[in-house]
Amino acid sequence: MKPDHGVTVHVADCAKTFADGTRALEPVTLDIARGETVVLLGPSGCGKTTMLRLIAGLEQPDPGGRILFNDADVTAVPIERRNVGMVFQSYALFPNMTVAENIGYGLKIRGVARTERAARVAELVALTGIEGLEHRRIDQLSGGQRQRVALARAVAVRPSALLLDEPLTALDAALRERLRAELNRLLRTLGITTIYVTHDQAEAMALGDRIVVMRKGAIAQAGTPREIYFAPQNRFVAEFIGAANIVEAECRDGALALPGGRLPLANGAAGAVVAMIRPESITVTAPDGAGLAGRVDAVSFVGDRQRLTVAGAAAKPLQVDAPNSFLVKTGDRVGLKVDASAVRLLPDERS
Amino acid sequence: MRDRLIFTAQLAFTLLVAAFLIVPAALSMTAGVTQNYFRGIRSGLTLDWVAQVWDLYADTILRSFVIALATLGVTLVIGVPAAYALYVRGGRIARTVEEIITLPLAIPGLAIALALLLTYGNFSDFRRSWLFILVGHVIFTLPFMVRSVIAVFAATDVRTLDEGAASLGASPWRRFRDVIVPNARPGILAGALMVVTLSLGEFNLTWMLHTPLTKTLPVGLADSYASMRLEVASAYTLVFFVMIIPLLVAMQVFAGWGGRSAAR
Amino acid sequence: MSLRTFLSLCLLPLAVAVIAFFILPMARLVAVGAAGPHGVAEYAAILVDPRYRGTLINTVLLAAATTAATLVIATIAGLFLQRHRFPGRAVLVALLTFPLAFPGVVVGFMIILLAGRQGLIGDITLELFGDKQVWAYSMQGLFLGYLYFSIPRVILTIMAAVEKLDPSLEEAARALGAGPWAVMRDVVLPALTPAFIASGAIAFATAMGAFGTAFTLATDIDVLPMLIYTEFTLSANIATAAALSVGLGLVAWAILALARSVAGNTVAAAG
Repeated sequence: MKPDHGVTVHVADCAKTFADGTRALEPVTLDIARGETVVLLGPSGCGKTTMLRLIAGLEQPDPGGRILFNDADVTAVPIERRNVGMVFQSYALFPNMTVAENIGYGLKIRGVARTERAARVAELVALTGIEGLEHRRIDQLSGGQRQRVALARAVAVRPSALLLDEPLTALDAALRERLRAELNRLLRTLGITTIYVTHDQAEAMALGDRIVVMRKGAIAQAGTPREIYFAPQNRFVAEFIGAANIVEAECRDGALALPGGRLPLANGAAGAVVAMIRPESITVTAPDGAGLAGRVDAVSFVGDRQRLTVAGAAAKPLQVDAPNSFLVKTGDRVGLKVDASAVRLLPDERS
Repeated sequence: MRDRLIFTAQLAFTLLVAAFLIVPAALSMTAGVTQNYFRGIRSGLTLDWVAQVWDLYADTILRSFVIALATLGVTLVIGVPAAYALYVRGGRIARTVEEIITLPLAIPGLAIALALLLTYGNFSDFRRSWLFILVGHVIFTLPFMVRSVIAVFAATDVRTLDEGAASLGASPWRRFRDVIVPNARPGILAGALMVVTLSLGEFNLTWMLHTPLTKTLPVGLADSYASMRLEVASAYTLVFFVMIIPLLVAMQVFAGWGGRSAAR
Repeated sequence: MSLRTFLSLCLLPLAVAVIAFFILPMARLVAVGAAGPHGVAEYAAILVDPRYRGTLINTVLLAAATTAATLVIATIAGLFLQRHRFPGRAVLVALLTFPLAFPGVVVGFMIILLAGRQGLIGDITLELFGDKQVWAYSMQGLFLGYLYFSIPRVILTIMAAVEKLDPSLEEAARALGAGPWAVMRDVVLPALTPAFIASGAIAFATAMGAFGTAFTLATDIDVLPMLIYTEFTLSANIATAAALSVGLGLVAWAILALARSVAGNTVAAAG
């Protein structure tokens, strides 16, 4: 059971318009429970970093917006007094201080005695696995080491909330994967209310208790990773997380009428619908006797499976996952089978 | 509230500093056109003092221009090809040469002037002509021209252009004329502005090198501060400002266009 | 013609000019400095002879005071101007950097207008206190003069450095609870240190070697450039003047070389 420390964060109707007129955030409302890790996910420009900075206290929401920590209104409280721990994308480590001095800086500001400070720094050095680096200068550290120092520094002051702004983006792919796992373990151990900003959906799925998908300054959907993945509420979320086939077709007699056949649906929908089907939910079969069939246009070997592009089944080509044992080549005809419950209907946003 | 106080205090401080710098300059400019400095503007505006300055110092003003333009000419002829050679050569030798030509900026003008006097003081014809002053100005302003041109070369990757022209069969001289110099124009212009401005205002070297017959504007200024009444000295200073400010503005505008801002 | 030949031709005029009119004369200066009645010992005179040493100390103290005062003033004004935008800011910046090209003589005149016998400050103090304050023709006047031409230079350098500061460092310090003074002390000023060293060195070297300002204010101010001048023109102690010049040149060059190794680009003194 994950410990829960920190505060509850309530963002109420917060919008943000910058001085040059850019509208970075439409009025959003969000509740974050104590000890929860919430990931703000979205493409660049969606407002996720702005939201993080509002919660941090580096920006002020437009009039009418409020930020509450544990039901106390902190909207007017500047960041120096919000007691948040913040990890910046560039880490923002102080070049004029050693690693130990960086980690202890927040404690020094709070007037913690030297011995106590040293003890706490040692504790964090052990927690983040950077023993031996205490007296190094910042420019002598590698990217991964800097990330860990930044984390240690933010956590040292026992913050009410931990705010991370794309902390893994500055690292190369292999390092990122490794550190992601470590970060996950650390966040679970600490159990502090955490708000994590990223554009990488794999990171979001791995780290978040809940994911808040954002787009153009508004929340597109908030939910657990499974909810977001299996039950996206709109096309944007469906396409942003994982691969998705979006099929627009007429539903007649409980099934989608497609160029390549029919696809039965679970719910009694009728008329024009927008359906989403994940590639891994489509099973490939022999073409004869299948309710839905198409022609293989491309075969991609991904490693643990094959990704087929099948044309002719629906109006647009479908991405279909097939096991490596299924022998297929370009030009072959294949049958497709989809379990009715794996077809998700999305709201029609064309109107 | 505290932020407002800090802002106002800083603003007041900065205004005070600006006043320290500007007030005497403004005073001198008005004094140059005021009938009587002690009675202030009330005594009336006049161009008499400026006219007097022209009578007394027209030849020094003209000479300053001649020297400035000559300095420009010489630094162009010496400096631009040298900048090219240094840029292409690169390496330690180029850096050492750059260091050497920049030395005159570190050494006080007084010392350089003394050195020149000791070495060439006996060639009386040379010593007594304005060419002697020209020499000092060239040595002092050369590094600015060279650095300015090299900076432009580096910023626009002239080396690649040069190689492109060479691959098309152009000889070194043709390349220099058709490719190098035209592409160096912003640097040459920026350097030219610097050279002329510096030459017009140069005093430390010139004071030691001048003779009563080869005075320049700053030398004249020193004379007038010492021996003329305040209004005449101010009028002369005003003439100097009028000459130098357009050049300064041109340099600022130029620097804003992406030329390197030269730290004087 | 080959590239090598062409490049050598390009460098030839420069080489001739610099050797003939700089290297040779400087060598001669060094030689003359050692050719006087005291021989090479003349070079030590600057440290040994109490009169010269006094002048040296004066000059160093004055240059140091100028540098310190200029850095403080320029940092306060520079930080303020770079960090705030308000109507009239561009004008204020232009006003503060406008005296950049004034030669030392003109600066001397500015000081006379401010604090000389007929100066503004004298008039004001006469009105207020009945006592006319005249500072221009002494060390205080020279100090003001050096401030006058150092401030514009240093402000520009500081403003450029402030512009390059990484805002996320200050935000990180604030996130850790640091108030404005702590942020200034622990993050901003340390980050500006290279700029301080570079511009401080220029200010120091320029003040050490400045002649025009001192000359305009009074010929009896006891600083090294004036001493060199009087030794040469009034006392005809050529060897002394030469030796002192070389010494002054070396000190100025050394300081600038030090600044360059910290700042990484070429810096120059002028004035």
